[in-house]
Amino acid sequence: MSRLLEGFVEAFQLIIALDPALLQIVFLSLRVSILAIIISTLLGVPLGTLLGLKPERKTRFVNKIIFTFMGMPPVVAGLVIYLFLSRQGPLGVLGLLYTPTAMIIAQVFLSFPIVTGLTMVGIRAKGSEVEEIARSLGAGSALAAWTVVRESRIAILGAIITGFSRVVAEVGAVMIVGGNIAGHTRVMTTAIVLETRRGNFELAIGLGIVLLMLSFIVNSVLYNIQRGGE
Amino acid sequence: MVELTDIRKKYDKEVLKVDKLLFQKGLIYGIIGPSGAGKSTLLRIINLLTPFNSGTYQFMGRPLPSNGQERLKLQRKMALVFQKTLLFKDSVWNNVAYGLKARGFSRSEITQRVGELLEQVGLQELAFRRADTLSGGEAQRIAIARAVAFEPHLLLLDEPTANLDPGNIELIEKMIRQLNRTKSITVVMVTHNVFQAHRIAQEVIFIHEGRIVESGPTEQIFEEPLDPRTKAFVEGRMIY
Repeated sequence: MSRLLEGFVEAFQLIIALDPALLQIVFLSLRVSILAIIISTLLGVPLGTLLGLKPERKTRFVNKIIFTFMGMPPVVAGLVIYLFLSRQGPLGVLGLLYTPTAMIIAQVFLSFPIVTGLTMVGIRAKGSEVEEIARSLGAGSALAAWTVVRESRIAILGAIITGFSRVVAEVGAVMIVGGNIAGHTRVMTTAIVLETRRGNFELAIGLGIVLLMLSFIVNSVLYNIQRGGE
Repeated sequence: MVELTDIRKKYDKEVLKVDKLLFQKGLIYGIIGPSGAGKSTLLRIINLLTPFNSGTYQFMGRPLPSNGQERLKLQRKMALVFQKTLLFKDSVWNNVAYGLKARGFSRSEITQRVGELLEQVGLQELAFRRADTLSGGEAQRIAIARAVAFEPHLLLLDEPTANLDPGNIELIEKMIRQLNRTKSITVVMVTHNVFQAHRIAQEVIFIHEGRIVESGPTEQIFEEPLDPRTKAFVEGRMIY
């Protein structure tokens, strides 16, 4: 219990001191997770919309694959990306292993199925009805699809929030493909693991609290946008 | 205006079989029949929302184009108001303006038309209210205003007054008559309410089990029906 309290004190001190090393970790964490969720949104929302508007019997197999990938263990995702990016791997020539780009790729791999799957479920709830109304009012395919996305924005934002929550808290994949290199690929979660292993529990808890606060701020922004759409 | 010949629609089994059906310009048609008779399917086929398996579809004497863009042009000559009112989660104004924006109307034209329509339906003071906060009757009036904003040649209505109170039913029926008279919009209205069809339609089509049993002027269908099933239905003796 006292460690937890000390963790709070440590977190407070870290924030007040604006420690450059901590800020660097925080910004990298945010950069990696936000870029990953932006990419997943750009890919997952159109795909989820497309699948959600198709009759379920036509997408059953794809649905199963997406739902399976939604629950993919991060270490497995990390391992797959590692094998692709390692020197002997098919994308080894790009030299991306142990870089923030590799971490973004791993997080996209994890969040893309979530954004796609939850968007699809949200669209399926009312999407066909909205699409028909839009078409009956003279909308072409593009406008009808955009109307469906607009009308399902609460569900879609829910999908994005869930995807972001998954990647910001993720440690296995970024550890494998990023390597937890100080000043280069160290993010909040990998730093917490490292400090725990070193026995610096107060610092680890402090970092955990900072991570939770950051997650709270980003999710609050998304939540407010979502509420605005109601 | 619309001519259907030998139209067949099958899902697991055949749900609609229309040998010949002609909708003439400027009239109000009432499609009546028991639940599950195929009335809504017919409306959706006319609006090109549901494809049919075989048959010929002609709109203003022209066959159905195979090109997607041409089909969209044709679809833009008509509007369908669904049984379940669904307004977009947006302002009342933007809902009514939707079809106009889709057709690329200018801003000034949109402002003028939407303003006029809201005044006609008596809801101008709700222009900037969120559409999902409207009452059932208000929402249905806006749904009809949204459908006629771009002055379609053909207005298709699927049970437009289902679940509404008598006051709102009267208002909507008045709207439909007015649109038909002042804008010469041809109206095809599905209703299971025979009294409503009697009040509003000039021509009535009776559908039963996916087949058109009888069609003709309203008085004839109600006063001297040729088929015993039509007679039973309009007299309220058909149990369904």
